[in-house]
Amino acid sequence: MRVLQSWLEEFAPVAGDPAGIAEQLSDLGLAVEEVVPIGEGLDGIVVARVLDLRPHPDADRIQLVDVDAGDGESLQVCCGAFNMSVGDLVPLATIGAVMAGGMEISRRQLRGEWSNGMLCSGPEVNLGDDHDGILILGSGHEPGVPLAEALGIRADVVYDLEVNPNRPDAMSVAGVARDLAARQGVPFTLPDPAPVESGEDASGRVSVEIVDADLCGRFAVRVLDGIIVGDSPQWLTNRLVAMGMRPVNNVVDVSNYVMLELGQPSHTFDLDRVGGSGFRARWAVDGETIETLDGVSRTLVDADGVVADAEDVAVGIAGVMGGAATEIDGTTVTVALEMAWWDPMSIARTSRRLGLRSEASARFEKGADPEVVELAMRRFAELIGSEAALAPGMADQRGDLPSREPVRVRVARVNRILGTDLGRDRIVEVLEPIGFATSKAGDDLDVVVPSFRPDSATEIDVIEEVARVHGYGRIARTVPRSGLTGALNGRQVDRRRVRSAMLGLGLDEVMPLPFLAPGDLERAGLAADGIAVTNPLVAEESVMRSSLLPGLLKTLAYNGSHRLYGLSLFEVGHVYRRPTEPQPLPDEREYLAVALAGREARAAVEVWSVLADALATRDYTLVAEPAPGLHATRTARIELASTPVGHVGEVDPSVSEAFEVGERVAWLEVDLDVLLGLSHGDLPFRPFSRYPSSDIDLAFEVDEETPAAVVESLLRSAAGSLLVDLGLFDVFRGEPVAEGRRSLAFAMRLQADDRTLTDAEVATVRQRCIDAVEGDLGATLRG
Amino acid sequence: MDHDLDAHLADAAAAIVAAVDLDEVRALDAELLGRRSVISTAKKRLGGLEADERRDAGRRLNEVRAELERLLDGRRTELESDERVHRLESERLDLTELDRGRRLGHRHVVTRTWEHLEDLFVGMGYTVVEGPEIEDEWHNFGALNFPLGHPARDMYDTLYVDYGESMSTLLRTHTSPVQIRVMETTGPPIYSVMPGRVFRSDTADATHMPVFHQIEGLVVDRDTTFGDLAGTIQAFTAAYFGAGFESRLRPSYFPFTEPSAEFDIRRPDGSWLELGGCGMVHPEVLRACGLDPEEWQGFAFGFGLDRLALMRHGIDDLRELFRNDHRFLSQF
Repeated sequence: MRVLQSWLEEFAPVAGDPAGIAEQLSDLGLAVEEVVPIGEGLDGIVVARVLDLRPHPDADRIQLVDVDAGDGESLQVCCGAFNMSVGDLVPLATIGAVMAGGMEISRRQLRGEWSNGMLCSGPEVNLGDDHDGILILGSGHEPGVPLAEALGIRADVVYDLEVNPNRPDAMSVAGVARDLAARQGVPFTLPDPAPVESGEDASGRVSVEIVDADLCGRFAVRVLDGIIVGDSPQWLTNRLVAMGMRPVNNVVDVSNYVMLELGQPSHTFDLDRVGGSGFRARWAVDGETIETLDGVSRTLVDADGVVADAEDVAVGIAGVMGGAATEIDGTTVTVALEMAWWDPMSIARTSRRLGLRSEASARFEKGADPEVVELAMRRFAELIGSEAALAPGMADQRGDLPSREPVRVRVARVNRILGTDLGRDRIVEVLEPIGFATSKAGDDLDVVVPSFRPDSATEIDVIEEVARVHGYGRIARTVPRSGLTGALNGRQVDRRRVRSAMLGLGLDEVMPLPFLAPGDLERAGLAADGIAVTNPLVAEESVMRSSLLPGLLKTLAYNGSHRLYGLSLFEVGHVYRRPTEPQPLPDEREYLAVALAGREARAAVEVWSVLADALATRDYTLVAEPAPGLHATRTARIELASTPVGHVGEVDPSVSEAFEVGERVAWLEVDLDVLLGLSHGDLPFRPFSRYPSSDIDLAFEVDEETPAAVVESLLRSAAGSLLVDLGLFDVFRGEPVAEGRRSLAFAMRLQADDRTLTDAEVATVRQRCIDAVEGDLGATLRG
Repeated sequence: MDHDLDAHLADAAAAIVAAVDLDEVRALDAELLGRRSVISTAKKRLGGLEADERRDAGRRLNEVRAELERLLDGRRTELESDERVHRLESERLDLTELDRGRRLGHRHVVTRTWEHLEDLFVGMGYTVVEGPEIEDEWHNFGALNFPLGHPARDMYDTLYVDYGESMSTLLRTHTSPVQIRVMETTGPPIYSVMPGRVFRSDTADATHMPVFHQIEGLVVDRDTTFGDLAGTIQAFTAAYFGAGFESRLRPSYFPFTEPSAEFDIRRPDGSWLELGGCGMVHPEVLRACGLDPEEWQGFAFGFGLDRLALMRHGIDDLRELFRNDHRFLSQF
């Protein structure tokens, strides 16, 4: 929403420099996005008439324009726009003029042709937003007259405001002026136009019926006779242009002007074309059609509102767009001026459904002021001018309007919410200037909220108004003392531990988007049952990941395409899956995934063992098992307390290839929800023996199919309680070890809590271990 | 005899000095001081001498023996020292050739910012709470006082997923649904922050991503005021950005807070930057969570986390955070 300083001043004697006023408006919640001075930088810009247009001999994108700048001579100017015709009046920046941006106009050559000035577009003279061509001025101006004088432009300031959806009142100049006047403590006055009325009373000439009161809260019509459709006066056109609207004709322009000024949209009908000279406001019938002003035939549904004539033929889509059949034109004699209040939700629905959003629908859908109609009608008649005769009277019906019961506002409550110490008088002083009528109710106040503030209906709404107008910045800042202890919870601490372990191993953290393209899961060898986004912007972002694998492979591929290889990456992020049992939300889990490019499974197993150590969960087992997307013979399931927590190994080479990753990829994925949910960490102290220990080394020849972990667990149970340490320290394949077997060498340390072990005891344990492994696994001890 | 002994001593001394390693010193030690050495043999012969002679000869023998021991020890020490020096010399390394720039991994800048903010609010007495990224319509909108069809829902470009009833399940558009989950599951008093990943139907450009991160704060207690909100925002601003950064609240609109505000921070150069939204928790939101607004009241605030990361590191394109280019990742 834009407002003009001069327009604001018509309602209130507001004062201050533009920066100060912008600050005050922002502080009132009407955030000023831009302050644009207009009517400046027009010195040296004059009206010129186009005499001739010729192509530039050496340039396609510029043409040569001869203009008369007032002295009757022909002056050549080069111009990059092509929208003007011979005879048009255009703004010419003459030699020596300094434009608003600081550029000085000089005589210069463009590809060999002289340019004696510059023709200006609207934005170049701060008039309008149309960058597409030169500003074509209306007829009736004399060449040579300064542009500012010709257009009646005076120095002014445009404030471009960002109006929140709860403030339809601020979508009008009057509404903005009201707030600003309250802040400045100056009086705010609405105009009170009294156009001369003549002719037959409107109530006898036009009928109004509200059929559906839930759609239409108010429907009012006045009659104007003898309207002549033509151009608007220059001052009005200037204002509309400054507000970013394009002038059309006097009727449309006045309608827009009144809407910008008072917030009330209006619609004009050629009354002679309205069947039965009457209006009915009702819900549309499913399938009902209407040709709208833009010439498009539209089919309506029963959730759309229509304005029908007295014969029940639709003549407009309520609050959105009028119909073509009753449009006014040069032949129109009698105009029905309609102003209404429509149910905001229905306007929002219809304008969205039809893709028709206008300044009018924007106001209706946020809630217009049902009580500004009388004033807006008179203002319209005043502006349209005396050649049109305003008939006395008004056809006016009311439907359902928002309740305006007084709101009880407790002074103590105001202060308890805001942390202030405002007296009742101060609250009254703050509320009255913005139209909130107050009356005393015991220690408290009864507040009648004005009809232009549909957002304000309860005590808390009024408290917000008190704070807003009093000034947020005037409320003393305090810091509450939390009676609680601030802390990360165990899960959050653990997650940091997981990250630290990864970082300590030199892995870099990545954050790919959790979206996948269709087919990504299949390419990764995973089930294609991802949860889909129903309204994705692009197909590449239409599937929610059920695994971190595709995202990490894409990351490796992206880096590989920039010749960045051998990366060690990890990600901590959510995956989303369809649950096996019905539940309100998808099965969403947090995972850790590690991808080590150019590395083998061993590297991933090392990462896992470090992670397990970091979390103090060392009693895990690795169970060889193929998993989707992973290398069939180089993958193991990680189990902790018989619970699967993830997989470790390598990515299936064909999957890497499918993602255009040229390197082998070692892989680890862990379900953190499961892993961190299992008991870990905070282990109790285990006393250790003070007696000497004895070491045994045992190497066995074992079949390739026998996992080292199985041998290890047999040794562990055979050694019994004297075992304090056990580790695999060497793996050997080749002569003299038989084909299909390999040698596994373990180091064991034995120790008793209460004595030094004898050689005989150590020998007994050693033999037990040998027997266990040889007996159960067909292994042989190596000498 | 004396003459012989002197000659022996001179010969031995020469041999000791000539010894090239500890093995030779050890052999000389046995030869010169052992049972068959000249000294030992001479000592055995002392018994055949007169008492006076024996005393003088004995003393002389002891002197020679002591001298030999001294010479042997000296040579041994010399050689040991040479050997240490030699060994160290033979182990000489060029350490600059060993430095291959081994590195720690690099925490993602979003994580760095996330953890920084967590730590800061934990220090202010808050707990950290998280919630699901795929949310139901009730937690994301309904409970936050956005009735169905409410135009304010248009402020959020929501992505829906094919789960449950049509339009019932969505990618959360803000971290505010976690407020609801906290109030539903934990009674007041509540002092919590809720960092998380959020989604909007946005085309990626330098300042927009379909996926980004926010942190939300919620305080609900008996007498928490708007002044407390303003003070908390200021305390956060000073703690995160540093002294010299000021904050202000400007009236705004969110369905789930009232009074609502935008909060801006002022950089030391005087320019204002809009950082986030905040306000007093709307009574309807408290009611939706089963809390009596006459008994409990509080404030909420929220802001984008990624932008803080960009600001801190001088990154000018939001997309860089999610492109995962190693040349980017390895810088922080």
